[in-house]
Amino acid sequence: MNALPCTIYVSFAGALLALIAGARSATLARVVALATAVTALVMTLVAAVHFVPAAGLQTLVDRPWVDSLGVRYHLAVDGISLTLLVLTGIAATAGVLFSWNIGERTGEFFALFLALIGGVYGVFLSADVFVFFVFYEIAIVPKYFLVARWGSTNREYGAMKLVLYSFAGSALVLAGLLWAYAAGGGKSFAVSDLAAAAVHFSRLQQLGMFGLVFLGFAVLAGMFPFHTWAPTGHVAAPTAASMLLAGVVMKLGAYGCLRVALPLFPVGFAYWQPVIGWLAVVGIVYAGVIALVQDDFKFVIGYSSVSHMGFVLLGLAAANGRAVSGAVLQMFSHGIIAGLLFAVVGRMVYDRTHTRKLADLRKMALYRRLPFAAGVFVLAGLASMGLPGFSGFPAEFAILIGTWKTSPLWAAIAALGVLVAAAFTLRVIQVSFFGTVTVTPQGPELPPLPPITLAERAGALLLIATTVLIGLKPDLLLDWIVPSLQSPLFQSVLKGGGS
Amino acid sequence: MNLPLLSLLVFTPWAGAVLLALLRGARPAVARGVTLGFSLSTLAVGWAVLRRFDPAASGFQLVERRPWIEALNIHYFLGLDGLSLLLVLLTGLIAPAGLLASWREARSPRMFGALFLVLQGSALGVFLALDFFHWFLFWELSLVPVFFLIKLWGGENAGRAAYQFVIYTIGGSAFLLLGFAAVFAATGTLDFGQLATLAANGTLNARLAHLGNFWPQVVFVGVLLGVAVKVPLYPFHTWLPPAYAEAPTGVSMFLTGVMSKMGVYAFLRILWPIFPAPLHAAAPCLLVLALAGVVFGAFAAMRQTDLKRMVAYSSVNHVSYCLLALFAVSAASGPGGPASGAASAALGGALLQMFNHGLSAAALFLCVGVLETRAGGRRGLDDFGGVRAAAPVFAGLCGIALFSSLGLPGLNGFVGEFFIFRGVFGLAPWTAAIACLGLFATAYFLLTFWQRVFHGPRAGAAVGNWPDLRGVELASLVPLVVLMLLLGVLPQLLTGLFNPLVASWVAALAHS
Repeated sequence: MNALPCTIYVSFAGALLALIAGARSATLARVVALATAVTALVMTLVAAVHFVPAAGLQTLVDRPWVDSLGVRYHLAVDGISLTLLVLTGIAATAGVLFSWNIGERTGEFFALFLALIGGVYGVFLSADVFVFFVFYEIAIVPKYFLVARWGSTNREYGAMKLVLYSFAGSALVLAGLLWAYAAGGGKSFAVSDLAAAAVHFSRLQQLGMFGLVFLGFAVLAGMFPFHTWAPTGHVAAPTAASMLLAGVVMKLGAYGCLRVALPLFPVGFAYWQPVIGWLAVVGIVYAGVIALVQDDFKFVIGYSSVSHMGFVLLGLAAANGRAVSGAVLQMFSHGIIAGLLFAVVGRMVYDRTHTRKLADLRKMALYRRLPFAAGVFVLAGLASMGLPGFSGFPAEFAILIGTWKTSPLWAAIAALGVLVAAAFTLRVIQVSFFGTVTVTPQGPELPPLPPITLAERAGALLLIATTVLIGLKPDLLLDWIVPSLQSPLFQSVLKGGGS
Repeated sequence: MNLPLLSLLVFTPWAGAVLLALLRGARPAVARGVTLGFSLSTLAVGWAVLRRFDPAASGFQLVERRPWIEALNIHYFLGLDGLSLLLVLLTGLIAPAGLLASWREARSPRMFGALFLVLQGSALGVFLALDFFHWFLFWELSLVPVFFLIKLWGGENAGRAAYQFVIYTIGGSAFLLLGFAAVFAATGTLDFGQLATLAANGTLNARLAHLGNFWPQVVFVGVLLGVAVKVPLYPFHTWLPPAYAEAPTGVSMFLTGVMSKMGVYAFLRILWPIFPAPLHAAAPCLLVLALAGVVFGAFAAMRQTDLKRMVAYSSVNHVSYCLLALFAVSAASGPGGPASGAASAALGGALLQMFNHGLSAAALFLCVGVLETRAGGRRGLDDFGGVRAAAPVFAGLCGIALFSSLGLPGLNGFVGEFFIFRGVFGLAPWTAAIACLGLFATAYFLLTFWQRVFHGPRAGAAVGNWPDLRGVELASLVPLVVLMLLLGVLPQLLTGLFNPLVASWVAALAHS
């Protein structure tokens, strides 16, 4: 269990090593990055095996940091953070595998990539709001460089938009948290202490603080109508960064909402709950419809992420044990599936065809030329549609069940979103890989594309195996998540506990 | 020895699909053989199941139930009653026949076989799973192979047809899912049997109404939509003609023979026991829709010049008879209950009709497929003539299938339709009277088919030297035709399987 904080340190150390190794040889940097990512993943898995879900929030490290402010370096883990730590480990490993072909300044690329990972691990482990915020900011910086340097289409614009939105979001969070800290007497940044102090806040204070903090996090989670950075940024980013941005970094926002905003300001949440719920369902359907009319392959995936994150926010807005456990499951599931989709689009297809225009891809008969990529994309697409057997299904089902208890109307609109998701996913499957169709063995001779590499195969199999495993046995994660929601911190906002 | 027979039924085809996926570079003949072998497993295991099955016993048999997802109270739950068994046997017959019909499919037989086996396993799962989560898994997964089978192996406009089919069905399923999310939120279980109990004592409706009286209706409509699209119930049938017409022959056979039965099955397994009261309330309306399906389906078929579309529309007509019977019984249920003789005739007829339509519609698609291969892809009503002289065996077998579909006494189709009409006349006489219009139209277009294709002047010189049925085609068609004859004379072979079940349904109606 005590190995978990090491995931942070290992990632940062790996970043440094990759930088040094990159000066010698690109391959060495790749190996270092892979070794680092795998080590961290193994650490999270080992911790997962020994994890006792019933024990609640388990402190790993707790020592004074900035005494004058009452800041403590406090790391802790519960079932929710563990779920997201495992996700980070898997996404990071797959990300390295899918960036194996980065040839330009390889060392720097992986250094930034691992620094981003380290920051993400830190966020998921923090139990002190200040520490949380520090790691959160650490994660923002590398993503700017990753997108701006190694990105594609409109990369400066995408990177700038992405980072400005992130900073604006975190400024709101910071303002809200400082307000709460000051109003609480300025003694401690621990979530539990702040929550205890927040009970005495006036209603107006709660409304304001929750509004600021939630909005700030929701921007990062891609909540409609503050989502526009997400598709642009994810499209501009290099494959591994898209995978990580959509797969993990968006979860930071949702995680912040769940971990900080909800338990701290239950009164504020109760006031804003209808607004959040409505924005979530509108976002689910709206982003889905927009995805339906995109002509850029990667934009379809970018908007689908917004739509799927809408389910996470809907689960949080429904605020009962069932819906929130579904939301956490959906965070995990979307992290895996978005990673897979971006990997196919960015790495397997774009790096080979150098186009993402659906109109061009339609004529390329990619089904015959890249059968492995086609197979992976079909599976990923089915998972993304929320078909049973893949991880998205139990997540969305749990969210629908929970939402129904809170507001049947939201649930009904979200079901419409499921239909829209099916429509755009099938459309993009049809057009991208099966455009000119039929499996005729003889067709016009087309120039062969570079074959799918071993690293790509390994990464794809890792992600597919995960989504199928969780799809068939969501208990593996729900057994961690559900007891964690019983914690007294959540009881003030959640109705109905874990059942 | 206590084999998990039902799991074997479901997973043997899937195992075959995995094997085919792994057999890269296998010769087409090997791939075809493996596919057929695994497909036949359903009949073999089905036979073993049949021998252990006790029609008189109440409840589900050969049950396999163990916890699956405890956080959601979901079980791995397979079980079988007369209805399931009937459809398992139907699947076991139609699937290999469909494979044989597409035996000469040259385009990647390995992939074709793998997808076909996935489809077969999913259909069996739908007929055997008794927990919504478990059931829905198969229900949705069955769409995936169909999508690709139509899209990649289908005709010219297959892409569009496949897309339309899947979107329609998933659209329905999304609301079905919503409905069951609500049911779970209200009851905490997804077990069909437990839900039926809760429905029977009124708990389910009371709990759903907890949020407002409006919502139980919404849940019902959601579930209804999901199921109605699949059957399809008029007016949700518009996906069907293009999908059936564009699909390759073997797949069309499976779609009409088995997949449309999945929808009817869901009506019987889900809507009927779990939502009896809303179904009763909506039944008069639904009865009109089913009637519309019977009449318009037949008249639309009459107007078709493409033989495959004609058979497709006739499927709309035939499957609607099953629903007609079901809705007539539901409409008449309530205080006092329906006349039990009429109700059991209607329900028994509906079950027979499911099986019989599976046989005859599959056989007709097969015959159209045979014509299509001979004519190099043409299948217009006017493209043929005088085929009987060139291919007498084919003409004979196809004739039997046509007359079975038409409901000629002595052949299987007659028995089911007769029982349905006998039941519906007792329950809703006007409906039955109007439905007769459908019978006349059916007779008209099937006889037109027979006359124009097999008699009449020979269209073009090509028909003159057509070969008669070949080995594989015979192997596919003969068993179906033999069964048509056999079941026409001995319908008790089937009714024996489900009569006690129907009797228990009718008894339950009298109490409700």
